[in-house]
Amino acid sequence: MTQAAQNAGMQVDQSDVTGEAKAGPDPHYNFAYLDEQTKRMIRRAILKGVAIPGYQVPFASREMPMPYGWGTGGVQVTASIIGPDDVLKVIDQGADDTTNAVSIRQFFVRTTDVETTTHTEEASIIQTRHRIPEQNLSEDQILVYQVPIPEPLRFLEPRESETRKMHALGEYGLMHVKLYEDIATHGHIATTYAYPVKVNGHYIMDPSPTPKFDNPKMHRMPALQLFGAGREKRIYAIPPHTAVYSLDFEDHPFEVQQWEQSCEICGAGDTFLDEVVTDDQGGRMFVCSDSDHCNRHQEAAE
Amino acid sequence: MSNHDQPLEQPLLRVTDLAKSYGGHAACREVSFDLWPGEILAVVGESGSGKTTLLKCISAQLACDDGRIEYLMRDGVMRDIHSLSEAERRFLMRTDWGFVHQNPREGLRMRVSAGANIAERMIAVGARNYGKIRGTAEDWMDQVELDPARVDHQPNTFSGGMQQRLQIARNLVTHPRLMFMDEPTGGLDVSVQARLLDLLRSLVTKMQLSAVLVTHDLAVARLLSHRIMVMQGGEVIETGLTDQVLDDPQHPYSQMLVSSILPV
Ligand SMILES: [Zn+2]
Repeated sequence: MTQAAQNAGMQVDQSDVTGEAKAGPDPHYNFAYLDEQTKRMIRRAILKGVAIPGYQVPFASREMPMPYGWGTGGVQVTASIIGPDDVLKVIDQGADDTTNAVSIRQFFVRTTDVETTTHTEEASIIQTRHRIPEQNLSEDQILVYQVPIPEPLRFLEPRESETRKMHALGEYGLMHVKLYEDIATHGHIATTYAYPVKVNGHYIMDPSPTPKFDNPKMHRMPALQLFGAGREKRIYAIPPHTAVYSLDFEDHPFEVQQWEQSCEICGAGDTFLDEVVTDDQGGRMFVCSDSDHCNRHQEAAE
Repeated sequence: MSNHDQPLEQPLLRVTDLAKSYGGHAACREVSFDLWPGEILAVVGESGSGKTTLLKCISAQLACDDGRIEYLMRDGVMRDIHSLSEAERRFLMRTDWGFVHQNPREGLRMRVSAGANIAERMIAVGARNYGKIRGTAEDWMDQVELDPARVDHQPNTFSGGMQQRLQIARNLVTHPRLMFMDEPTGGLDVSVQARLLDLLRSLVTKMQLSAVLVTHDLAVARLLSHRIMVMQGGEVIETGLTDQVLDDPQHPYSQMLVSSILPV
């Protein structure tokens, strides 16, 4: 990583924190950090991904001013599609204020000077790790996922030559072998994250480490969904309104997680809840993982 | 193709002038034979005779250099397996064909349970009911004399003989018409071998399977096969009914093989 790159990304930018970043993007960097040729290359990969929903398109992933595991794939996708008029929201596990989300947001403020928001409906681009916002997205929005391992067949078939053939020929029996094994071991389908889906009736896709709770939101979502895996150099996409089916068995149908209780902050009974530790006496409570949704729901209730 | 309306008169598999060489050395040449429905053909010979190369070529695991390999599809049409699309060929391999490897670990998925191993082919042809898949897997374990109570156990907790029976069950679950077997009892203790041979013999009879069996063990050939093909140096030197060839071999090399002069 170059010194300039470190300056652009990882170091906390005081001007962002104090809201003084409205002087335009940092002139030391190209807009959104990547050079124009790289952006065009990534846009071509995105377009191919949109044309073949769920298909993993290889791309020449660039080194970004942050380590792999920090969402370099998602960052490159966002950097390639963002324009000066976009409004950006970045979440990690549903929250806008975690370290990963804050540093990615600062990176884009520094290199693009775009407006940012925590309000889901105000954002034109939402970059996410692990969650889909609770609020329904619209056709005017793009959801960018940070993906660690894009290949859903990897665990039973380590040979890439073979997995590529399986995708091309639609030979997806192995995915159900995995679910079979899940039921044999646990009595039910115990996969709760990265739950495999079939996109547009053909490609099987790994929806990144999002909880299966969010799978139904992917189905016929009005917003464009883009997935970037930096280390694995893959981009894939789900165009708006595309059918996304979660794999299952007739006698073990797909189900989302459910909680006995409601959110203890806003009272919502239909959201994905995180169990958080509240004190050092072992006190715990269940709260919405989507912090923006929780805040808004709370305000509305008051 | 001309016998289209009389499928009973057609072989299941027809191999014509098959040739395969590695770096100028001919591993197989001018191999031709027909395999008829319900027939077990043993291909015998020493290592280096070309029998394993032949098996890999006719089971579409290895491309041959020359010759035709025609298979009677379920619709009654003979088709050259090299003219099939890759998708058709792969589908054939996991539905209508079976392959029993000498080393069961090559034919099993060692990281999932016995039940999942048997489930794989059912799922590949569209089974989507967990309870039924599991029930069928247990039934097949019973048929190959494995305890169905071990349906959730990993194959690496099974003995070699049990793994071999699991590999057979995993293949037979889709009711294939043609099995390829590569030294299926090799590497097993003699008593385990005998039990496995008995099981194989009753299964092929019950299911009216056709099979090409490669072995260096003439006792295995005698017990399982109807016909025998003796190979030496990549060529077929003698072929005939199993008992005939073993009791009255014509070619000097076959005579030596039968009289066990040659070390195996
Ligand atoms: Zn809440």
